[in-house]
Amino acid sequence: MTDARRRILQGLRVHAAAKGRAPAIPVRRFEWSQEEAVDRLEQMMQAVRTEVHRVDDAWPQRLAEELTRASARRLYYGAKGPLTGELTAGWPDSAPELVAWEGSIETTRDRLFDEADASFTSARAGIAETGSLVLWPTPAEPRLLSLVPPIHCVLLERRQIVSTLHALMVEERWAAQMPTNALLISGPSKSADIEQTLAYGVHGPERLILLIR
Amino acid sequence: MRTELRVRATQALGRDRVRANIRRAMDGLILKRRAAFPDVEELERLRDQGEAIRDHALANLPELLEALEGRCAANGIQVHWARDAAEANAIILTIIQGHGGKAVIKGKSMVSEEIGLNDCLSAHGIEPIETDLGELIIQLAQEHPSHIVAPAVHKDRREIAALFSRHYPDEPYTEEIERLTALARRVMRERFKGTRIGLSGVNFAVAETGTLCLVENEGNGRLSTTAPDVHIAITGIEKVIARLEHLAPLLTLLTRSATGQPITTYVNMISGPRKPDERDGPREVHLVLLDNGRSGIHADPQLRATLRCIRCAACMNHCPVYVRIGGHGYGTVYPGPIGSILEPQLQGLERQGELAQASTLCGACSAVCPVRIPIPQLLNRLRFEHAEAQRGKGTGIRIEGFIWRAWATAHAHPALYRRVTWIIRRMRGLVGLSIRPWNRTRTAPRIAPRSLHALVREEGLAND
Repeated sequence: MTDARRRILQGLRVHAAAKGRAPAIPVRRFEWSQEEAVDRLEQMMQAVRTEVHRVDDAWPQRLAEELTRASARRLYYGAKGPLTGELTAGWPDSAPELVAWEGSIETTRDRLFDEADASFTSARAGIAETGSLVLWPTPAEPRLLSLVPPIHCVLLERRQIVSTLHALMVEERWAAQMPTNALLISGPSKSADIEQTLAYGVHGPERLILLIR
Repeated sequence: MRTELRVRATQALGRDRVRANIRRAMDGLILKRRAAFPDVEELERLRDQGEAIRDHALANLPELLEALEGRCAANGIQVHWARDAAEANAIILTIIQGHGGKAVIKGKSMVSEEIGLNDCLSAHGIEPIETDLGELIIQLAQEHPSHIVAPAVHKDRREIAALFSRHYPDEPYTEEIERLTALARRVMRERFKGTRIGLSGVNFAVAETGTLCLVENEGNGRLSTTAPDVHIAITGIEKVIARLEHLAPLLTLLTRSATGQPITTYVNMISGPRKPDERDGPREVHLVLLDNGRSGIHADPQLRATLRCIRCAACMNHCPVYVRIGGHGYGTVYPGPIGSILEPQLQGLERQGELAQASTLCGACSAVCPVRIPIPQLLNRLRFEHAEAQRGKGTGIRIEGFIWRAWATAHAHPALYRRVTWIIRRMRGLVGLSIRPWNRTRTAPRIAPRSLHALVREEGLAND
């Protein structure tokens, strides 16, 4: 296969082209106030059927009410997630059972696919322009937590909302510190493969509940 | 001439139901795209950026591929190089067999269609499981995608309902789209949970960070790349871009041009396999870089623009030929205007040169292309080369050549031109008979009794 590599690269070097530096793209951003950015994010995410709630510190109570209404029995969360303390402390007794994901996927897979009705994660940021949540899954909050359970719940702080992806990538210097997996999530999963008609809840979560504090 | 392409196109024109399905879908996509770019100036600015980013990547392709390989290797992604379809299939097969894999969950990948991966896997006893809803429909129907973004666009809900009830007889029959979609979710769930090998395409490969960027709406792409132990990604060598930041304008252009969405539900950026302290994600990530004719295209400075393509499908959505004959009318993996320039170059003019004729040169494709590929110019270039190659082969091209030479001579000699047009005007009563195929569905055009030249002279307009 090294032969294939050599031959391909050789073929691409037949005609030396004018090289030049990578184009510098002006950073796209909007001068929105924080209130405007929150409104925009809410409106964009609602347009793709995200359930957005503005919450205060009693958010676990609020989330428990939503999940009880959805008849969820178990909420999975990352055992060492940044909001775990608040979640467990504020969780009402009568609410759906809280289940901490602690082990590896190999020991959790069956339960996650078969038993988890809902999951909870934090978010790294929110993007107002497109109505997107930015998640960098970690050992504390693994990748499949935001993907396998039918209801995904997220708490986002108002101060985490930025105007564009481009501005966020540049300000946080993503290029120097990309994680194994970085995600933008903009609504529950959907498809328009049948007659171009939108249907929500395909292979990813059927519902996305966003709490903005 | 009864060539394969003409036979296929004629058959496609006769399939009224398919034509209606495609027309409805394309009209919708055109409106959605237009609504997604309300500000023309901003759109043109984005297109400038998209073109510049892709042009730069192609001008520096060998260096960027080496950089990508280096970064991926440092991140723990194993990089493989394949000159053609056979090599790519062999690489993928070896990886799967090395893990004793019996099935593969697939996210949507046009490159996997290009190399005929599913047939190769099946022949070796490995089950390819298409998980994208449109791809699943196509796989059950034993067809090929008719559109590069919406593979089952030619089918309506009743056909899909019948297809599902045949393949999933235990599930209740339904023609409701929500319930058909829910059915697909149910039947795929166990496969996502139990399959140890996943395969996907790549939308953009970032050289700077060794990142594979995938966009999708259903979550099947994330599941196929996250749930299994092994993730194999396959991409054409042209998909590389220099910098992570370049993703921002390209994503905006891609999703808006394709479906009018400001962003897809998921943008998945993968930069490596599971780290020792992480709890999930594949333990191995492989990247297969496929040439398959692309380096040949790259060598030609004009035709190279073909490789700027980001596979949004806006060109086919807006194409008057595509909307009438659909993807299957072209008979190639990549249909529509982009296919008509790409396929003759990938497969050779000898085999696919006629595809360059499958266009009216109306220019709608290049007017919407997010990276400004001059598709009509490239079609003309390929038509010219095809005609040159055909010269003297005794095909129908000969009489065509004679007509064009006569036309050129008449236009280069004013006295001759005047005489010829005078004769044509005298004989104008006969013209309606001489272009029968055109007139079958149209009113015959009439040649005016007096020429434009004469009218203009009478009006007294100056020559400028």
